[in-house]
Amino acid sequence: MTMDDENRLHQNFEISGGDFSKAGNISTKIKEILQEIGIDSSIIRRTAIVAYEAEMNVVMYANRGNIALTLTPEQIHLELEDEGPGIKDIKLAMQEGYSTATDEMREMGFGAGMGLPNIKRNADKFEISSTAGKGTSLNIKIFLNQERKK
Amino acid sequence: MNQYFHSIRIDTEKCSGRMKCMRVCPTQAIRIRNGKATIIEERCIDCGECITVCPNGAIVPLTDPFGELSKFRHTVAIPSPALYAQFGREILPDKILSGLKKLGFDDAFDLAFTCGEVSFSIQEYLREYKGPKPLISNACPTIVRLIQVKYPGLIDQIIPINTPREIAARDIKKKKSKQYGLKEKEIGTFYLTPCPVKMISIRQPAEKGKSHLDGAISIGDIYGPLLSAMEGLEKGSYRKALESICILGIGWAMVGGICRTLRLKNSLAVSGLPEILKIFDDIERGKLRNIEFIEAYSCPQGCVGGSLTVENLYISYNKILKMIEALEYEKIKACPDIREVRKLYKQKYFFLEGKLEPRPLKPLDEDLGKAIMKRKKKEDIYETLPKIDCGACGSPTCITFAEDVVKGEAELTDCIFNLPQKFRELHQELGGILEKSFGLNLESPDGKKAKKKDTKDETKKNHRKTKA
Repeated sequence: MTMDDENRLHQNFEISGGDFSKAGNISTKIKEILQEIGIDSSIIRRTAIVAYEAEMNVVMYANRGNIALTLTPEQIHLELEDEGPGIKDIKLAMQEGYSTATDEMREMGFGAGMGLPNIKRNADKFEISSTAGKGTSLNIKIFLNQERKK
Repeated sequence: MNQYFHSIRIDTEKCSGRMKCMRVCPTQAIRIRNGKATIIEERCIDCGECITVCPNGAIVPLTDPFGELSKFRHTVAIPSPALYAQFGREILPDKILSGLKKLGFDDAFDLAFTCGEVSFSIQEYLREYKGPKPLISNACPTIVRLIQVKYPGLIDQIIPINTPREIAARDIKKKKSKQYGLKEKEIGTFYLTPCPVKMISIRQPAEKGKSHLDGAISIGDIYGPLLSAMEGLEKGSYRKALESICILGIGWAMVGGICRTLRLKNSLAVSGLPEILKIFDDIERGKLRNIEFIEAYSCPQGCVGGSLTVENLYISYNKILKMIEALEYEKIKACPDIREVRKLYKQKYFFLEGKLEPRPLKPLDEDLGKAIMKRKKKEDIYETLPKIDCGACGSPTCITFAEDVVKGEAELTDCIFNLPQKFRELHQELGGILEKSFGLNLESPDGKKAKKKDTKDETKKNHRKTKA
């Protein structure tokens, strides 16, 4: 094992689609990991929002998904992949206020059409790709080079 | 020296290490070491949950004894409105305040009125505020500390308006010193507290600065003497007694009491730490942004549920509700003048005197790379543990145990599931000593070979015996 490997924390989190009762657990777990390591609280907050929105997208729309967290002294890397309907028009989905959420979801306070734009706003790097009928994948990076809190 | 002052002390004579406190602690601040509970200072938020569950009464809240009064030339009792809910329906605030004076205080101050003023100024602040929402009430010092330790990112959402008890104490000192020609420090202001955390908020405010209160006396301690002091007092007319109660302020004793005084479209009142943790998680994720104001108390039902109160929390909660109903029915509005409050608000009269800073827990390591490594190690250790959170190691859960090991505060063999390994190590150690000193050879600790050897020896002995 090289020194580089030792400095790299990698963890996978499974998300099951439709399971609202556990929604949010993964972003909480990720937040706790970052807190223990001593990441700056403003970066933690951004990551928590990104992770939560990504997690909720899977819970609301997909059958199942996976979030992979890779943490190095340089960056927080989140890779999300889901199996589900995918997004037909990514450009449209990235518009604030656009949503395909059902009335029930809206009643629960979700589906304001802010999810993906919110992720993009809080990430330093954001990539999205999707195949209709198959699923969506997100590639998100948040850099840590901002000064670190003691 | 400890960096943080806490209102909770463990009496090691009484502690029998029964772990109830360790399990109930919401921030995992308690460990059992050598059979006794110990508190990790940086993690403790002084919620007092441990005091309530300890079967031995070994966790003692640190409040001031009555005797402190003699240190001052003039003393003023400032009871939390929760005190008003501790007695039967016919005992109203006016009688309670007279009872306190009979007990030896030179004066007793009705805090409900100041609570009303603070409600108004919170409303002013909410009107002007443009930052991220929701704003969070700072009435409960445990909640403020919880945010400092576990949700440092939310610190700017705590309302920077001072608490009624501090504003009242500051005002009393100023006025009384003028009135009696005394120095401010000769006037003793004592808060009658429903919970131990107010004590630390006096000795060590969460914000930078000094408290204007000189001490806190537990409602539980004063209850008995106060009850007998009130016995001889004459009962005035019910309506007249009500007239002095500020309807806006009385509700501060219970959860929802502040919200009902603010004219808001969307506010939320929460009590009890487990529910509050869920709500704060949601705020951190960016949910609940449509809520303007959150009132949160670590004690269930708010201050009436404090661990130093006497009456059952649901009964006292109900009593406050009934009092508010009566005031509304009688159309009594002993209420601060909003124009006066606005004037003072503009002069910054109500604002916190110092800044609130976060105090996040120390990371696993100061070096980011090493911290990542240690976090990985923690996960690896956790994977080898039984994950039943038995607590026998002295840490509340398997995951906190893994963390304690990584930090070097616990040994892997403290886990009873690792005991066989510990025995093996001890056996090897013992074997080494025996071999060195006596040339004896202990073999594997599994017992199989040793037993065989035993039987062999036994047969040899028997053999010799028969020979003899």
